[in-house]
Amino acid sequence: MSRAHKYDVIVVGAGGAGLMAARYAAQNPNVTVAVISKLYPTRSHTGAAQGGVGAALGNVTEDYPEWHAFDTVKGGDYLTDQDVAEMFAYDVIESVIELEHMGLPFSRTPEGKIAQRKFGGHTREFGKSAVERACYAADRTGHMILQTLYQQSIKDNVIFFNEFHVLDILMVDGECRGVVAYELATGELHTFQAKSTIIASGGNGRMFKVTSNAHALTGDLQSVVYRRGIPIEDPEFYQFHPTGLYKIGVLLTEGARGEGGILRNKDGERFMERYAPTIKDLAPRDMVSRSMYLEIREGRGAGPDNDYILLDLTHIDGHIIEERLPDITEFARIYLGVDPIREPVPVQPTAHYAMGGIPTTIDTNVIMDGQNTIVPGLYAAGEVACASLHGANRLGTNSLGDLIVFGRRAGRFASKYAEKRDFPDLPSDAQDFSRNLLDKALNGSGTEKVATIRKELQNTMMDNASVFRTDELLGKQIEIVKELQERYKQIGVEDKGKQYNTELMEALELGFLLDNAEQLVYAAFNRKESRGAHSHEDYKDRDDENWLKHTLVYKADKGVQIDYKPVTLGKYEPKPRVY
Amino acid sequence: MKVNVKIKRFNPEADKRPYWSEYSLDVRETDRVLDVINQIKWEMDGSLSYRRSCAHGICGSDAMLINGVNRLACKILVKDLGAEISVEPIRGLPVLKDLIVDMEPFFDSYKAVLPFFINEDPEPPTERYQSPEDREIFDATTKCILCAACTTSCPVFWTNGRYIGPAAIVNAHRFIFDSRDHGADERLQIMNQSNGLWRCRTAYNCTEACPRDIPITKAIEEVKRELLWRRA
Ligand SMILES: Cc1cc2nc3c(=O)[nH]c(=O)nc-3n(C[C@H](O)[C@H](O)[C@H](O)COP(=O)(O)OP(=O)(O)OC[C@H]3O[C@@H](n4cnc5c(N)ncnc54)[C@H](O)[C@@H]3O)c2cc1C
Ligand code: SF4
Ligand code: FES
Repeated sequence: MSRAHKYDVIVVGAGGAGLMAARYAAQNPNVTVAVISKLYPTRSHTGAAQGGVGAALGNVTEDYPEWHAFDTVKGGDYLTDQDVAEMFAYDVIESVIELEHMGLPFSRTPEGKIAQRKFGGHTREFGKSAVERACYAADRTGHMILQTLYQQSIKDNVIFFNEFHVLDILMVDGECRGVVAYELATGELHTFQAKSTIIASGGNGRMFKVTSNAHALTGDLQSVVYRRGIPIEDPEFYQFHPTGLYKIGVLLTEGARGEGGILRNKDGERFMERYAPTIKDLAPRDMVSRSMYLEIREGRGAGPDNDYILLDLTHIDGHIIEERLPDITEFARIYLGVDPIREPVPVQPTAHYAMGGIPTTIDTNVIMDGQNTIVPGLYAAGEVACASLHGANRLGTNSLGDLIVFGRRAGRFASKYAEKRDFPDLPSDAQDFSRNLLDKALNGSGTEKVATIRKELQNTMMDNASVFRTDELLGKQIEIVKELQERYKQIGVEDKGKQYNTELMEALELGFLLDNAEQLVYAAFNRKESRGAHSHEDYKDRDDENWLKHTLVYKADKGVQIDYKPVTLGKYEPKPRVY
Repeated sequence: MKVNVKIKRFNPEADKRPYWSEYSLDVRETDRVLDVINQIKWEMDGSLSYRRSCAHGICGSDAMLINGVNRLACKILVKDLGAEISVEPIRGLPVLKDLIVDMEPFFDSYKAVLPFFINEDPEPPTERYQSPEDREIFDATTKCILCAACTTSCPVFWTNGRYIGPAAIVNAHRFIFDSRDHGADERLQIMNQSNGLWRCRTAYNCTEACPRDIPITKAIEEVKRELLWRRA
C-alpha cells in the first residue's frame, strides 16, 4: 500500500460522530472522503452507550425543544453556550427521525412510534417533573446507532483505513493540511493530505482508575492538537456517572433509574430525597455522584467496607427489567454475581464523559483562542469536541444526540470548505514528529514501565482529581503528573517488531493520556469555584461574577498556560440549580 | 489464586510455526480472562498481542478459543474456568500475530448479504411506524457485535472458508424480518447460492459460542424456511 494518500476530507474516528460526519461529507458528490480509525469501526465505544438519545418527539407525553434546551443549559450549570443548546434541541429531533429512516430498530410505543423514557435532568415545563424524552432501543441504543451508521457506510461505499493510529496533525501556516497515521498491521507511517480534517476520536476516561470507558479511550487527539498549539476547552469538567459496577466501573444506565430504580444507602434509605426533593434519583449526574460520595464519606455506604451504594430494582416487574434492561442485568450477573431482579446491585461513581475538549464553533470549526479565531481546514465533533453544548455537566442522552447533530454538521461544513479549496502543499518533514515519537518509545532506556506509570496515573487521578477536589489535592496531583511525565521519558518497549506492535501502541497512548491529565488538573486547580461536575471543597459555591467563562488550556514553551472564552448567554438567566 | 495460563503464540517476523507460552501468576477469582491476559502483557511479556477495547462484551474485539470454547475474553471469569487456562486464536481465519487474526474474510461475508436497511419509498415526515410485535420478531439478531465467535466455531466454515457463515446469516435475518425493510428477496437469493445458507449442518456450535445469546441456529432455520416459503 502506498504510504502517501490524498483525500478532500479525512475523518479521524469511526464512532457515531465520525461515521455521521463521513456520511454527510460523502453526500457531496464533489469531494472524496476517507475515514481513519485505530479500531474497526464497530469496535468504537459508541456501541457501549445504553440508555437512549434525547429528543423532544413527544411520543409518550407532551414535550418541546424549548424545554430540552432549557434542561441542557440548567444541567450544564449555565456554562452551556445557549445558541448551541437551542440549535441542538431542534436539530436532534430531525436527526433521530433520520436514524429511524436509516433503519435503526428503536423500541416502540403501542402505537408503533419510537419509544421514549425518563432520564436524569430532563423535565417538562422548565423543571416541573421528569419527562419521557430518551428515545431508546432496549438498553443498547448506542450499539444500534453504531451498527446502523456502519451499515449505511457499507451501502455508501465509504473508504476506511482501519487499525491506523493518528499520531499527528499537519499544521502549516496556521492551517490544517492533513494527518500522519501509524499502520498497526505493518508498523509503517502514512501521510494523509487533506483539504478538510474532521476529528471525531472520542473520550479520555482511561486516565481514571474506575471508568466506563474502553481501553482505547486515551484522549489521543486531545493531546495531538494540544502539542500543536491548539488549546483544550473546559477539561476540568469531567463527568462521573453515578452507577458504575462496584470496583470495575462497567456502566449501568441511568435508564435503570428512569424505569423506577432507586439508590439506597446501607440503612436502605432513599437518600436522594434529601438532596433533590423534586426529581430525587433522576437528578443530574454530578449531583447524584456527589450525594453518593457524601453518603459514603459520612459512613452510610453499604458493604463490608461501607464503600458502595445500592441500586435497587427489586420492586420493578421482572419482565420489564428483562425486556428493557437486558444487557445491564447480564453485566450485574456476570461481573458481580448479583441478580438485579432479586437483590440490589453494588455501585459506585465511574469516570464517564469529558464535557470539555477541542474547542469549536457552533459549525464545528476548531478555534485557536478566546476570540473564536478559526483554524482553517480543521473540524471536530463528538466527545472529543467542545461546542460547548454540555457546559459544566452533560445530561444523559445528550451525547448520542451530540454525535449525530454535530457529526452531520461537521460532514457538511468540512466538505463545503474542501470543495472551494486546492490541495495545500505538505512540508517535506511531515512525518518527522511522528517518527520521533516512535523512535523514542522503541529505543528508550526502558528503566520505566508503561503499565506502572499508567496505573499510578489512574490511581492518583481517582484519589485527587475526581468527584471531590481541594486546592491541596489538585496541587499535589499537578506535581504527580509532572513527575510521571518525566518518568515517561525513560520508558521502553520489549517488542521491537513492526507487525501489530500493540505494546508500542499502548506506550504512545500513555503519552497522550498524560497530556490529558495535565490539561485537567491545571484547569481544575485554576478554577476557584464549584460548578457542575467541578466540585471544589474550598470554594463550595458557583461564582458567576468571576467564573462564568470557559477555560482554555494551552501547552506553551513556558509550560501550561490558561486563557478564557466568554459563555454565550441567552434566554435563560443563570439561577441557582435546585431540583 | 494461582493460575497457569497457556497461550498459543506466533510472531510472523520471528517464528516459523506457532508455539505455546506458559505463564503462572496470581489473580483474583473474579478477574476476567482479559484482565489475566492484560496482567501478563503488562507485567510479564510486553510482546503478547491481542485485540481488546470495551472490556465488557460489547465491542466484539476479543473472541478467543478459551479452554477449547470460543468466547470473549472479557466476558468469562477465572472462577468459571479454574486454575488451568488455555488461550488460542479463533479458528479458520489466518493468524496475523499471537491472538490477532485477519478479520477481512469474515467482514467480506458479512458485507455480501447486504447488511443495511433497504427501503426506497419516499421517507415520511415522521418515523416509519412499527408495532412492538413486529419489532420483537427480529430483536435477537439486532444484538450481534460481529465478534466472529460463531463463524469460527463452525465445522463447515473450518473446512470451507468460503461458506458465508452464521454471523452473516444472523445479520441477514435482522433485515429480512424487519417489517420496514424491502430487501429480503435480494438477500435470500444471495444466501441461496452455493456457499450460502444450505451449507449449514445445524451443528449448534454457533449458538453455544455466541456471547450475545442469540439463538443463531433458530435464526438460520427461520431464514431457510422463509426461502422455501417464498420459492413455493
Ligand atoms: C458505557 C457508556 C454508556 C453511555 N450511554 C450513553 C447514553 O445512553 N446516551 C448518551 O447520549 N451517551 C451515552 N454515553 C456517551 C456516549 O456513548 C459517548 O460519548 C459517545 O459514544 C462518543 O462517541 P464518539 O463518536 O465521539 O467517539 P467513539 O465512539 O469513542 O469513537 C472514537 C473513534 O475514534 C477512533 N480513534 C481514537 N483515537 C484515534 C487515533 N489516535 N487514531 C485513529 N482513530 C482514533 C476510534 O477508533 C473510534 O473509532 C455512554 C458512554 C459510555 C462509556
Ligand atoms: S452472532 Fe453472536 S457469535 Fe456471531 S458474530 Fe454475532 S455476536 Fe458474535
Ligand atoms: S473487549 Fe470488547 S468485547 Fe471484549
